[in-house]
Amino acid sequence: MDWANAVIQGTLLGGLYALFAAGLSLIFGVMRLVNIAHGDLIVLAAYLGLTVSTALGLHPLAALALVVPAMFAIGYALQRVILNRTMGGDILPPLLVTFGLSIILQNGLLTVYSADPQKLQAGGLETASISAGGLTVGVLPLIVFVTAVAIIGGLQWMFYRTALGRAFRATSDRQDVAQLMGLNRAHVFGLAMGLSLAVTAVAGIFLGVRTSFDPAVGGSRLIFGFEAVIIGGLGNLWGTLAGGIILGVSQAIGGQIHPGLQLLAGHIVFLVILAVRPRGLFPKMED
Amino acid sequence: MQVTRTSPLSRAAMLIGLVVLVALAAAPWWAGRAELRLFGEMFLYMALATLWNLLAGYAGLVSVGQQAYVGLGGYAFFALTMLFGVPVYLALPLAALGGAIVAAPVAALIFRLRGAYFAIGTWVISEVFRLIAAQTPALGGGSGTSLPAGIVKTLAASRDGREAAAYWLALGVMALVLGAAFAVLRSRQGIALTAIRDNELAARSLGIDIWRTKFVTYVLVGGLTALVGALIFLQKLRISPEAAFSANDWTAFVIFIVVIGGIGTLEGPILGTLIFFALRETMADLGTLYLIALGVVAIAVMLKAPSGLWGLIRARTGAELFPLSYRVTGLTARRPAPSKD
Repeated sequence: MDWANAVIQGTLLGGLYALFAAGLSLIFGVMRLVNIAHGDLIVLAAYLGLTVSTALGLHPLAALALVVPAMFAIGYALQRVILNRTMGGDILPPLLVTFGLSIILQNGLLTVYSADPQKLQAGGLETASISAGGLTVGVLPLIVFVTAVAIIGGLQWMFYRTALGRAFRATSDRQDVAQLMGLNRAHVFGLAMGLSLAVTAVAGIFLGVRTSFDPAVGGSRLIFGFEAVIIGGLGNLWGTLAGGIILGVSQAIGGQIHPGLQLLAGHIVFLVILAVRPRGLFPKMED
Repeated sequence: MQVTRTSPLSRAAMLIGLVVLVALAAAPWWAGRAELRLFGEMFLYMALATLWNLLAGYAGLVSVGQQAYVGLGGYAFFALTMLFGVPVYLALPLAALGGAIVAAPVAALIFRLRGAYFAIGTWVISEVFRLIAAQTPALGGGSGTSLPAGIVKTLAASRDGREAAAYWLALGVMALVLGAAFAVLRSRQGIALTAIRDNELAARSLGIDIWRTKFVTYVLVGGLTALVGALIFLQKLRISPEAAFSANDWTAFVIFIVVIGGIGTLEGPILGTLIFFALRETMADLGTLYLIALGVVAIAVMLKAPSGLWGLIRARTGAELFPLSYRVTGLTARRPAPSKD
């Protein structure tokens, strides 16, 4: 029963990892950009949630209504003002600029909020649970998982059914031709980054409700998201969800064997998949 | 007409470099203990920056996980001396060998990731090493361990003698790393690397085995980074997973040094280290603000002058201190235009 429980908890945790990964996957798909500051932006969203919920006395989930648009705006501005200048054939400038951004964010958060661990208080929701057949599932992890599935489904729908998705796919295929067809590349990139950070906002709030966080935890969130993307296969959003679940379950099973093995087990499963299937389990896109 | 690699400037620079090296080797007789420590730390950062530059600036392998090898070297050195009783001076080269041996299978695995995903893959590797170190009780597990006094004393009997020995080791490793980088870049391998730096596709179509060239570079850099790591923790006398595999200390600062100094040149990391330490010694009291300023400067340099400070100087004057490029002289009476390799 312990093992079944570990698999279920791991699956639900995988939903959160898929949320970390979805924003990463989105911007890589549209503009081949890998954002090293992604994890720190997740933490920034958690802190914004903290400020909004304490200043206005809101429930953290209600704070999403403010944090999501704020992060969208930050993403759009970031892309238009800084990151668009680094886009080109060379991978070094975007990588190093987002790396610098990561250092700025970490130390900025440290200056404003100090290194003390924080947590978003969600009241009774944190401890509510449903029991069925000897297994107990927390309501909050379940909400996170269902939200992750809904967001990935929504992104998938947006990509293949809307004009914005068409613009994203066109830019992804051939930037110059898309530009010739009347798409403003700079604007499309800005929207992609805005959308990525809007998803990140949801991920950050859920992170803050589930566990405590401090300014230094961004790096490992980036790594979990990245592992979920690679396990699932580049360019496949449902694959990213599967990758997140595989990572979450590996960690839960590793933690069940020995508490010190939790993180290591996730990394090892990632490396094994990389060795056996370098393009991930369900690849859709050439890298 | 004549094709040469040296210029009057590079000959003068090599000569001055040699004089500086001799003066630095004599530092234990003219500098205080605090200066020796600072210089030693500078040499080790210069070595790390030169090695990262070989990877990112030449081989196109942008790693954000070189702390994996710094930590590995440190832990290998502690394990060899503490657990197996290997003498200090033998444990250092063995740590380097260990780094290279580990780097080979790691390269085979993470070379499957392209570009920016390679970068994050290197980070995963360093996380794996950190977690393994934290799970090894023989080396203190998560809280780390100190080098026993008995081992430290084998360096030299007196405290001044030990400080001097640690200093000379750092100077020696810096000279070794700079020499190795210079030798590699002047060799056939270096010409292949320079070609890859300038245009990977064109290099491939000229018959360069890209994978092999990158692999050899990665393994060499892994081994030498482990050697630097062993020295860093010989100086600190204490190791812990957090300190050994710190992304900030061993990668973020190194990247700033190389980006600000000038990526893809041998002179850049040296210049960058001098600037970095000048800033650190004057501004470190500002704490997090100092780190934020470093981040802002690095972004500004990347956007406005991607070739760094040395790149700016070279574009203006054509100056090159290490004789690496070929230049044609004697074609006309006028001084030839600065060549770009």
